[in-house]
Amino acid sequence: MRYAIPLVVLIALIGLFVFGLQRDPRLVPSPLIGKAAPAFDLPTLDGTPPRMTQADLEGAPVLVNFFASWCAGCQEEHPYLMQLTQNSQVKLLGIDYKDAESDLRPWLGRKGNPYGQILTDLEGRAGIDWGVYGVPETFVLNSRGTIIYKQIGPMTPDVWEHEIQPLLKAAS
Amino acid sequence: MIPELGHFAVILALGVALLQAFVPLLGWRRRDARLLSFAGSAAQGQFLCVVAAYACLTYAFVTKDFSVAYVAENDHTQLPLIYRITAVWGAHEGSLLLWVTILSGWTLAVSVFNRRLPLDMSALVLSVLGMISTGFYLFILLTSNPFTRLVPAPAEGHDLNPILQDPGLAIHPPMLYMGYVGFSVAFSFAIAALITGRLDAAWARWTRPWTTTAWMFLTMGITLGSWWAYKELGWGGWWFWDPVENASFMPWLAGTALIHSLAVTEKRGLLKSWTVLLAILAFSLSLLGTFLVRSGVLVSVHAFASDPTRGTFMLGFMAVVVGGALTLYAWRAPKLVTTGELRLFSREGLLLFNNVFLVAACAAVLLGTLYPLALDALGLGKISVGPPYFNAVFLPMIAPLFLLVGLAAVVPWKRGDWRETAQRLKWPAAIAIVLAVLLPFALHGRTTLLAATGALFGSWAIFAAAQDVWRRVRAKPDLRSGVSAVPRAVWGMTLAHIGLGIWALGVSGVISFGDEKDVRLSRGAEAELGGYNFRFEEAGNQTGPNYTAQQATVTVERNGKFIATLHPQKRLFPSQGTVLTQSSIDASLMRDLYVSLGEGYDDGSWSLRVYYKPMIRMIWLGGVFMFFGGLLAASDKRYRLARAAERRADEVAAAAVA
Repeated sequence: MRYAIPLVVLIALIGLFVFGLQRDPRLVPSPLIGKAAPAFDLPTLDGTPPRMTQADLEGAPVLVNFFASWCAGCQEEHPYLMQLTQNSQVKLLGIDYKDAESDLRPWLGRKGNPYGQILTDLEGRAGIDWGVYGVPETFVLNSRGTIIYKQIGPMTPDVWEHEIQPLLKAAS
Repeated sequence: MIPELGHFAVILALGVALLQAFVPLLGWRRRDARLLSFAGSAAQGQFLCVVAAYACLTYAFVTKDFSVAYVAENDHTQLPLIYRITAVWGAHEGSLLLWVTILSGWTLAVSVFNRRLPLDMSALVLSVLGMISTGFYLFILLTSNPFTRLVPAPAEGHDLNPILQDPGLAIHPPMLYMGYVGFSVAFSFAIAALITGRLDAAWARWTRPWTTTAWMFLTMGITLGSWWAYKELGWGGWWFWDPVENASFMPWLAGTALIHSLAVTEKRGLLKSWTVLLAILAFSLSLLGTFLVRSGVLVSVHAFASDPTRGTFMLGFMAVVVGGALTLYAWRAPKLVTTGELRLFSREGLLLFNNVFLVAACAAVLLGTLYPLALDALGLGKISVGPPYFNAVFLPMIAPLFLLVGLAAVVPWKRGDWRETAQRLKWPAAIAIVLAVLLPFALHGRTTLLAATGALFGSWAIFAAAQDVWRRVRAKPDLRSGVSAVPRAVWGMTLAHIGLGIWALGVSGVISFGDEKDVRLSRGAEAELGGYNFRFEEAGNQTGPNYTAQQATVTVERNGKFIATLHPQKRLFPSQGTVLTQSSIDASLMRDLYVSLGEGYDDGSWSLRVYYKPMIRMIWLGGVFMFFGGLLAASDKRYRLARAAERRADEVAAAAVA
């Protein structure tokens, strides 16, 4: 009987690997999903209102997009974000992450502004509270201000259609 | 045309490998000597086919034939010739072709050197090797064909990954594969022993040189990999406990255990089923390593392109090969009866302890490597396991090995004598204790617990191993006859154990006394580290064959005396748009001075990272000692004597027939 132990171990390992092959190990789920959006109090870019907090996000679903003018992935997703806000009713809030206003304004001028409102997180404090580890990242919040999805990396049509839209439909 | 020939040669090799796998089996069932001896011819034919395929791929790389997709992805018109040749194994498809070429080379060697084996044993070994080859040819043809054409052919290739454009990498993968694949021979011997039920001292004697040779290549492969990562990745580390490194280290630990248990099986006829299991494990872990590296189930710093179909194939193949072997083991191993008893205080008893610790260490590495995957599977969250786990678990498990290594070499087989052992080891023990206290002070002016422990274990391993040779040499009247009286196997063992000691000195030295610093220096400014002054002289531009570089000049002085000029670079490879840090190292046996270049600033200053790495060379020097130890042990006379004697007997028999 003890001679069969290695075989049993092997079968267990193969079961483990069959599972492993169906997973992407690089995918790290955000612990914030299902929780209320972390608190913040940030100045707005255009000054009306002068500041916003997490309470201002409640009432309707909103996408919170952490971005910066210095980030390559944000350039990549930018045309799609423009298209998205033109063609759908979704609210898009931008949080400009560790970026200078003098760099951001010409960037928006050149490429267009898809955001309903832009907050500036110059020191990246809000980024830390939200668990951002690289821009762009996009959080989807339902109308109660709960995070229901997090997209790491550029927003794509695929993610919007297959992940986010069904979630928003289910939430409303 | 040439790539199609290569593709055809692989298909042909698959056909021959199938014949090599199944014709001898049929011969074994029918007791037909002609069918059995077909195995050798098939092995040689298969080798010709796969070498032809490999030559075709190399030709495509050398002639920059970008109409072949794999060449277009990994070659470039400006790539120097040497890297065009090594680029063949620069990515997945070519690595597999190299792997199967080496496997075929081992098979050829078995068919040539095993003529002295009983025909059925030799044929069964070749049959098992043929089955393994079959799997790999199918893997290549079904999922990873390197000869696939690309229409239309691009004008320029995508280039070999710049990080691989280094002489260290040119020989690292072939060495590693020689080791991985070499364990397939021990594996095949184990399967043949399970099938025939014959497992005796002769079997162990046949298996030993093959295992030692595979182990020695694996040792060199790992050593080169460590050295390459150190100088090329620019982090100044020599081992990262990355899944891919662990994948090569686990078969090494199992193989090391196997070498020692084979000695027990040969000399005392004990641990038979355990030895067979280790032979299966060593190769299974090699396959596991290939699977982990190629399937992408784990996160690794080694960014191999991963592909789920490849992972699925590899997993299925592993399940068949290892599952089949372990099923056979569960069924047949109980019949491998061991005669004779095993006393704990004897060489075989101590070697058994050695095996326990090595296998436990291997299991600990396996656990740490697969733990993130297991937790994820159980839905307990995503984690990663890093060096703190491995250092905390692995080091205590190998520490007892150092005590054993000195002891086992002097304790005789069957029954040890405490008093005689103590008599023979009192000087090595005394020297080790004195050096443990003094060595760190003498070399570094201070000591730490780890440094003292490392010096104790290291010098104990070195002097206990050396005293065995010393005693044998002294027993002879003069040095020359003494030196030649020591068998190569003993020289080999001694060298390998000395290598282990040197490794321990290096590891404890660099961990205890190594230092590093991040500095930002303007022209003419200095930074001090480990008693050395690093002065930043200037930065300029350089042009290489296929890259442009920014290069800094750093002068190192100690107490006003010139030591070295270092030129760390940042290389830009325009073909892939990759920037690579090329560190610059002033190396010597007792310390490395290592500078890597960071960012340049507008005011002309640069950020630099400087390292002081005492005794780091000893880590790789230990590996080199183990390599040469393996070489000497595998070439011991007694393996060849047996062969020569049998050849003479054959000749006499042939003459009698004539």
